[in-house]
Amino acid sequence: MRRALTEPPLVRGALLAVALVFLAIFLVMPLVAVFAQALEKGFGAYLTALREPDAWAAIRLTLLTAAITVPLNLVFGLAASWAIAKFEFPGKGTLLTLIDLPFAVSPVISGMIFVLLFGRQGLLGPFLGAHDVKVIFAFPGIVLATVFVTFPFVARELIPVMQALGNEEEEAARVLGAGGWQIFFRVTLPNVKWGVLYGVILCNARAMGEFGAVSVVSGHIRGLTNTIPLHVEILYNEYNFQAAFAVASLLAFLALVTLVVKSLIEWRARSVASREEHVREAA
Amino acid sequence: MTSATSRRRVLPGFGLTLGFTLLYLSLIVLVPLSTLALRTASMGWGSFWATVTSPRVLASYRLTFAASLGAAALNGVFGLVVAWVLARHRFPGRKIVDALVDLPFALPTAVAGIALTSLYSPNGWLGRPLEALGLKVAFTPLGIVVALTFIGLPFVVRTLQPVIEDLDVEVEEAAASLGAGRRQTFAHVILPALFPAWLTGFALAFARALGEYGSVVFIAGNMPMRTEITSLLIITKLEQYDYAGATAIAVVMLVASFLLLGAINRRQSWASRRGATA
Amino acid sequence: MNIEVRGVTKKFGRFTAVDDVSLTVPAGELVALLGPSGSGKTSLLRIIAGLEAPDAGAVLFEGEDQARRDVRHRRVGFVFQHYALFRHMTVFENVAFGLRVRPRGSRPPGVEIRAKVMDLLKLVQLDWLADRRPSELSGGQRQRVALARALAVEPKVLLLDEPFGSLDARIRQELRRWLRRLHDDIRLTSVFVTHDQEEALDVADRVVVMNHGRIEQVGAPDEVFEHPATPFVMTFLGQSATFAGRVQGGKAFLGPLAVDFPGHPHEEARPAAGYTRPHEMEVGRAENGGGGLWATLRHLSPAGAVVKLELADAEGRSFQAEVNREQHETLRARVGERLYVRPRKLRIFVEPR
Repeated sequence: MRRALTEPPLVRGALLAVALVFLAIFLVMPLVAVFAQALEKGFGAYLTALREPDAWAAIRLTLLTAAITVPLNLVFGLAASWAIAKFEFPGKGTLLTLIDLPFAVSPVISGMIFVLLFGRQGLLGPFLGAHDVKVIFAFPGIVLATVFVTFPFVARELIPVMQALGNEEEEAARVLGAGGWQIFFRVTLPNVKWGVLYGVILCNARAMGEFGAVSVVSGHIRGLTNTIPLHVEILYNEYNFQAAFAVASLLAFLALVTLVVKSLIEWRARSVASREEHVREAA
Repeated sequence: MTSATSRRRVLPGFGLTLGFTLLYLSLIVLVPLSTLALRTASMGWGSFWATVTSPRVLASYRLTFAASLGAAALNGVFGLVVAWVLARHRFPGRKIVDALVDLPFALPTAVAGIALTSLYSPNGWLGRPLEALGLKVAFTPLGIVVALTFIGLPFVVRTLQPVIEDLDVEVEEAAASLGAGRRQTFAHVILPALFPAWLTGFALAFARALGEYGSVVFIAGNMPMRTEITSLLIITKLEQYDYAGATAIAVVMLVASFLLLGAINRRQSWASRRGATA
Repeated sequence: MNIEVRGVTKKFGRFTAVDDVSLTVPAGELVALLGPSGSGKTSLLRIIAGLEAPDAGAVLFEGEDQARRDVRHRRVGFVFQHYALFRHMTVFENVAFGLRVRPRGSRPPGVEIRAKVMDLLKLVQLDWLADRRPSELSGGQRQRVALARALAVEPKVLLLDEPFGSLDARIRQELRRWLRRLHDDIRLTSVFVTHDQEEALDVADRVVVMNHGRIEQVGAPDEVFEHPATPFVMTFLGQSATFAGRVQGGKAFLGPLAVDFPGHPHEEARPAAGYTRPHEMEVGRAENGGGGLWATLRHLSPAGAVVKLELADAEGRSFQAEVNREQHETLRARVGERLYVRPRKLRIFVEPR
C-alpha cells in the first residue's frame, strides 16, 4: 500500500489513542466484566451456577430453538438466493425489500405481532383456546419469534455472493447434462459454501441470543419457557449476579466464537480474492 | 447477454424456489406483520391519538428519540475515528481490534445490558470513579445513551471503513500537490467524500437504537416519565393485555423506523446510480 | 451432423438481437459467426445450444427440431467465452463432470471415465496439469480445459463463444492454428463466434458475417473477402478506401473518380459508393490509362513488408494505399508530392431504393 500521505506522527498517535480508549471502554470492558463477575466467587461457584437444573433447561431450550430456526432459515436462504440471483423476474426489488423487513422491525415489536396473532386476545386466540393449542407463552411462540428475527440472515449473505458468481458455471453444467439437484450440490453449493457458513453463523448467534422478541412471547416460565438470555434476566433481577454472569458467559463465549469464525471466513475470502488477482496478472 | 428471461428458462428450479420463498415470506413475515395493520385499523383514530399522546407515552418517545440521537452522535464522532484508524493505520493487534468492532452484533443484548449495568452501577469499575466526579450513569438517561452507543457502534464503523479504504489516495495527493495542507485536504476533500456514508451509518445506528430493548432495560432504571423507553412501555401494555395500546405505541415507532430506513435506501440507490453514470 | 437454423428471431425487451435468421451449417464444417458486438452472433450461438429460447423460428440438428429438447439433452459441446470452469474442481474433475452426472444406467465405470479424461487431456496437451485448479492455469490452458470438458460428453456439435477473446495476441495465434488442426482431426461440426475478422478468415471453412441481428453474407473466407455482398461486409473485413458519389447512364461518378458502370444503364441517377482495399491501389506519377485520381502524399510508413501511404484527394479526404517494398524502391515517393492513384479493383454498391 502506498504511504505517500499521512497525518503527522503526533496526530496519528492521538487518533489511535482515542480509538483504542473508546473501544476499550465500550467494547472490551463489558466483555471482561462478564467473565470477571462470572468467576468472582471462584471456578467452583461458576460451575455450580451452570449445573443448576433451571440453567440446564434454559440451555436445552435455546439449543432446540436454534436447531429448528437455523435449518429453516437456511433452506429459505438457499431457495430465495437461487430464485433471485439466477433468474430475472418483475418485482425482484420489492421482494428484496420484503426479505429485509424483519431487520427494520424492533425486537419487541417482532414478538408483539405474534402475540397479536396467537395471544389470548389475539386474532386466532379464541380458535387456539378452543382447541387447547398454546403458541404464546410456549415453545412454538419462541420458535416463531426467533425465526422472524433471524429471517433475513442467510438470504442476505447469499444473494450478493450468488449474484457476483453469475450463471455461467451452472449453464456449463446444464450443457454437460447435469440435472437441477446435481447443478446445485456439485456446482453452486461448493462455490457459495463460505457464504452459507457465514450466514448460518450470524443466524445462529442471533437465534441463541435473541432477547426482546422472545421475552415478549415466552411468559418467563422457569425451567419451561426460559431461554438462556431470559434466564440471565431472571437471575439478575433476583440479585443473583454471579449466577447471572456465569450463564451470560456462555453467550459471551458464543459471541467470541462467532467473531473468530466470522473473521476467519472474511480473511479467507480476502486472501482467495488477492490470490486470484495475482494469478490473473501472471497469466 | 446472460439474462435468463425467456419462455423456457435454462436453469431449473425457478418455480420451486420462488414459490417456497414467497410462501415462507408470507407465513413468517407478511401475515404476522399485517395483524399490526389490522389492529390499528380497527382501533379508531380517537383512541389511537389518545394513547400515543398520553403523557407517559410522549415522555417515552422523547426519551427514546433523544437518547438514540445522542448515541448516534457519539458514534458519529468516535466511529469515524475508529473507522479511520482501522482503514488507514497499521498497528499491532489491528486485526483483533477490527474483529472486535462486530462484538455488539454478536453479543446478545441481555448480556451487554447486565455487563454495562454492572460497570456503571455506583460501585462498578466505571460507576465508582464517575460518581466521585458527580456523574451518575446507571439508572439515568445517560446510562441509556451508553447502552445505545454500544449497540450502534458497528453500524457507523462498518459503513465508513470500506469507503475510507476505497478513497483514492491520488485525489489526496492531487490536493497536496495543489498546495493544500493536510488539514485543508481533510476538510475539503476527504470529509465531503465520506459524508454520504457517514450519514448512512449515523441513520442506521439511530434506527437500531430506536427499537433497542435488551441492552437498555437493565441500565435504564425504568422509571415512568423519566427513564422508561418506548420498547419497555410496549411490553408493559402487553403484560396488562392492553393490545390496542401496545399496537398504537408500536405503530408510531415502526413508521419512524421505516421512514428512516426508507430514506437511507433511497439515498443509497441514488448514490449508486450516480456512481454508475459518473 | 448438420445444423439448420430456420427463421430465428430473438428479442430482449425492445432490442431485437436476432432478426429472422436462417442458416445451414453442413456436417463436419468449422463455421465462424463474425460481426461487431451487438450484431446478434452470441445470441444466435446460445439459441443453437439451447441456452436461449428463440421467440420465433426453429433449430434443427440433422433435420430434427430441437425446440422441445432441453439444453441438457441436446448433446452440444459449449465453450464459454470466459470458460466457466468449475472453480472448486481440479482440471480432471472439470473434464470428468459431464460423464459423472449421467444417470446411473448410462454412466461409465470409474476406470473408463479416468481413461477417457486422461485421453482428452492428452489431446489438449494438458495431462500434466490434471490435478491443478482452474485458478492456477494460464488463460490458454483454461481455454483448452474448457474444450476438453466440452468434448468429454461426445457432443454432436461443438459451439464456441469468442474462444480466443480473452487471450493475448501471441497465444491467440498459436491456439487458433491448434484449433484448426484439432478440427481437421476430429471433424466435428463446429460453430464459433468472433468479432475478429482475421481470426474468422484464418480458421473457418465458412464465414457468416452478421450485423444488426441479420446475416449479411455467408461464404468461404476468400469469397467474402474478395466478393463482399454488401458495403458492411466490405468495410468490416479489412481496411478500404471509400469514394462516395452516384451512378448514371452506365457510368459511376465517385468523387474524383469516373469509371464505366454497365450495371446501371438508366438515365436516372442513384447514390452509390465505390470501395477499394489499400493493396489494390496502383500508385505512380503518370496518368497512363486514366481511371484514377491525383492525390497528395501526407504520410509514409516505410517500415515493414508493405509500405503504407496516407494520401489526400483534391478535396482533402484522406485514404490509404499500400505498395510492396520493390514498388516503393522504384517510386521513392516523398511527403507532400502529388501522385496518381488508380484503383485496380473498385467494388461499387448502388444504394438500395
